[in-house]
Amino acid sequence: MEKLEKSLREIAEKLLSEKKVDLIIGYERGTRPLRTTPCFVNKTEDVQKLIWDSSCDNNLAKYVVDRKEKVGVVAKGCDARLIAVCIAENQVPKENVIIIGVPCLGVVDRKKVESKLEEKEILEATIEGEKIKVKGEEFELLLAKNDFLCDSCLTCKHRNPPIQDVLVGEEVPELTEVNEFTEVENLEAMAAEERWNHFNGELSKCIRCYACRSVCPLCYCKTCFVDQSIPTWFGKTNDLSDTMIYHIVRALHVAGRCVDCGACSRVCPVNINLRELMKKIEKIVKERYNFKAGLSLEEAPPLGDFKSEDPQEFIK
Amino acid sequence: MKNVEKGWEPRILAFLCNWCSYAGADLTGISRIQYPPNVRIVRVPCSGRVNPYYIIKALQCGWDGVLVSGCHPGDCHYISGNLVARRRFAVLKDLLEYVGIEPARVNFSWVSAAEGGKFASVVTEVVNEVKALGPAKRLVKVRIEWKNLKNR
Ligand code: SF4
Ligand code: SF4
Ligand code: FES
Repeated sequence: MEKLEKSLREIAEKLLSEKKVDLIIGYERGTRPLRTTPCFVNKTEDVQKLIWDSSCDNNLAKYVVDRKEKVGVVAKGCDARLIAVCIAENQVPKENVIIIGVPCLGVVDRKKVESKLEEKEILEATIEGEKIKVKGEEFELLLAKNDFLCDSCLTCKHRNPPIQDVLVGEEVPELTEVNEFTEVENLEAMAAEERWNHFNGELSKCIRCYACRSVCPLCYCKTCFVDQSIPTWFGKTNDLSDTMIYHIVRALHVAGRCVDCGACSRVCPVNINLRELMKKIEKIVKERYNFKAGLSLEEAPPLGDFKSEDPQEFIK
Repeated sequence: MKNVEKGWEPRILAFLCNWCSYAGADLTGISRIQYPPNVRIVRVPCSGRVNPYYIIKALQCGWDGVLVSGCHPGDCHYISGNLVARRRFAVLKDLLEYVGIEPARVNFSWVSAAEGGKFASVVTEVVNEVKALGPAKRLVKVRIEWKNLKNR
């Protein structure tokens, strides 16, 4: 990790001093244990702030949309793919972004650590290789990092950024064998009514804070459909149908674009597993149109495109 | 068909493309072909004009079923409106089914201006299927009725 951090800082310093970029967007240590926070560096002397470890979970692709200056962005596989989607959708010109790719072995899901510790508060935590050392009042624990990775990371097939301009360190082996759709398949196997009750139960927890929307790099619309008032499409109430519709439509809007970065599930204050919806959308698009998002800078999102031979078995 | 009031009839909202299915529905009438009177028709310029919001909103407003009908692939007045729509509808239909909406409530068809008979059979099929399901409940926004609040 230290080696990676060192070369990341060198790369950042070089990009800044050669004036290839005006700004580096990366991670710095946060104020809470296991937290990092986005870090904006525009002076070479500040590159020392930049860090890299398995707690760098923020999705920095969020910050590239609409940028006027040239930026270098530290990007894991999922972040790089999202930057690619934003470039393909003309939200930022390619020449304004330098993707500093970091091969990633997965980020830690703080919620999993917290639930393991139940009510105990973590006061200090460090990630050392394969272990997470957590300390609190009257306890100290060594946890195996791999047991606390984010769900998306467990089935991620692009740990190495498929698109990057510079790579920090060496590529890591990809997970080729894992089935990324197990959760979705289990849900599909249920009866319709069971699924309805399941999603009702999950989504009725939603408090409509819109954190999932704020964190998603793809939710860049100036006015979101839920905020639109002329016409008012759907209510902003906590009526279950309004909440369900918010999530259904958001899922539709990221169809063929979402890369399962997991940011929306991680950010949710009431622990809704939004991945169940996002993965389904990904599966539909994959099965119907053989498309995977974020692997190309040119290809348009599949929902803005068509082929004359697209399947239409559902049409009478 | 539990809890179905006696004499309940489904209400189906149909979005018909002006250039084909709407004319097809006209032909059904002109040809005196019988079909169930449960559909209310909204004329749209093209099936590509039908935003998934319309369909979801219809379900939320309590329509028991929705039908969207456009020109056959290749016949769209705007060349590819129906082909783009086809992808949108496919994803919408799969997703609604996944969250647990009964698939028979959301229907799509291609009906040309010459297919009066097909229009009648599509509508009959949709109405029969929705009838078998009973009134829509899922995703329907609960109206707060004054008379139900009074006794509280
Ligand atoms: S919808 Fe969620 S998982 Fe998908 S790209 Fe947006 S934040 Fe990431
Ligand atoms: S972050 Fe969670 S609670 Fe907030 S709007 Fe999204 S799903 Fe609802
Ligand atoms: S004009 Fe009929 S579907 Fe486009």
